[in-house]
Amino acid sequence: MNTRKSYIRPMEGWWLKNPFYIRYMIREATSIFVGIYALVLLTGLVSLSCGEASYNNWLVAMTNPIAILFHLIALAAVIYHTITWFAVAPKVVSPLFIAGTRVPDMFIVAAQYVIAILLYLILFAMVWKV
Amino acid sequence: MADNGKKIDIEVLRYRPEQEMEPVLQTYTVPFTDDMSVLQGLQHIKDHLDGSLSFRWSCRMAICGSCGMMLNGIPKLSCKTFLSDYYPGKLHIEPLKHFPIERDLVVDASDFISKLEGIKPYIIPKEPRTLEQGEYLQSPKQLEKYEQFSSCINCLLCYAACPQYGLDQKFTGPGVLALLQRYNADSRDDARSDRMEVVNADDGVWGCTLVGYCSEVCPKQVDPAAAVNKNKVNSTMDYFFRFLFPRGGKS
Amino acid sequence: MKKRSNEPVFWSLFGAGGVVVAFILPMLVFITGLAVPLGFLSPEVMAYERIHAFASCWIGKLFILAVISLPLWHAAHRIFLSLHDLGIHWGRTFFKWLCYGLAFLGTLISLILLVVI
Repeated sequence: MNTRKSYIRPMEGWWLKNPFYIRYMIREATSIFVGIYALVLLTGLVSLSCGEASYNNWLVAMTNPIAILFHLIALAAVIYHTITWFAVAPKVVSPLFIAGTRVPDMFIVAAQYVIAILLYLILFAMVWKV
Repeated sequence: MADNGKKIDIEVLRYRPEQEMEPVLQTYTVPFTDDMSVLQGLQHIKDHLDGSLSFRWSCRMAICGSCGMMLNGIPKLSCKTFLSDYYPGKLHIEPLKHFPIERDLVVDASDFISKLEGIKPYIIPKEPRTLEQGEYLQSPKQLEKYEQFSSCINCLLCYAACPQYGLDQKFTGPGVLALLQRYNADSRDDARSDRMEVVNADDGVWGCTLVGYCSEVCPKQVDPAAAVNKNKVNSTMDYFFRFLFPRGGKS
Repeated sequence: MKKRSNEPVFWSLFGAGGVVVAFILPMLVFITGLAVPLGFLSPEVMAYERIHAFASCWIGKLFILAVISLPLWHAAHRIFLSLHDLGIHWGRTFFKWLCYGLAFLGTLISLILLVVI
């Protein structure tokens, strides 16, 4: 007689049960702040094309405490995005071989940081003496 | 086995379909020494405490892939994990997540098997070689391109780790895609384009969101996350350039 | 024959967006959202004349398009996929149109405005 009756366990709350999954969900959640920031820039672009008065209103709005708070959180979010992005980017090319030699994943991670920090400094250099 | 008095509580999620509707927890107190694996703990239970406990095992040395289970919520090989790592706390054992429970710690792995069969997990050369032509020659550099993926022991820890597989069993999954990459990247194989159908499907590589936990738990450092995500690039190239490279290009 | 997925389109945009976010946004968020509004940098940095001039040249247009559009596609993709992770399996088609539709709209508006400026 066949007594097989397999049991399937539910997936509810799966990501709360392991710190690795929680960090994954936080990583995914950073995209909410990325999206909102892009929309903030979009409103800036719209106000820019509506003329100086409109654009200056947008600049004032950016000084609102809620805006400052948002950008503080958004800064933390994009930094977390960057750290996690650089950490997993090697998976897209791994195993990587240059001239026949295996490039360790750590190299790829480090190279991204070098380029990123360079770009951040260039961007900052373009504005800090203004 | 010297008895220095140490005992650990092992709580096991049991399931006997002929006598219960849902899994139940049962706790055993197991005497142990520091050199005992979790598997040996389970064997002690079966030999001395409760002969009805069912679990898979074979080699005792992390190469057969039979003894995968959830130890305090983390997928591990029970033969490769020590009881002393959990003492003095309790060890909670469940069968591998995301698979249907057959009985006690035994899961139904038939989904994995059929998916593995679907990717043609063997070398399909451009031209079959006769015995007289001799063996295939392969340089160490050519071996390096796929060797890590050949280490897969089909233990299914990566499937237990993968939430996307847990949420949708149609997803091909990390292990099968790692083995697909093992053959695609092997210089002796020429069937990459045959396997692209599996790669390109919604439940091929595109079911993956790079959680990355599969590579974390792999006991053989196969890095299935790399196999899957490298094939996202391959799949994307195939999608946009399919008319330039009809046979799929190099892996 | 298994149907070929169209994910490569969205994944490519997601990837490009992720790169832009990682390599540009930390400093950009700091400058535009904190340093200038709080006075750490001169208000001249984001003054109308300066930014309008920036948006009038080719490089400026490309930069502004890249930092608005690509992060929108990145966020749309991640948010849509996360709904599935959270166990929300209903309304897949609706949410797909909503998420990618917003990204598309944002891209379109940016393009039109940048062409005109």
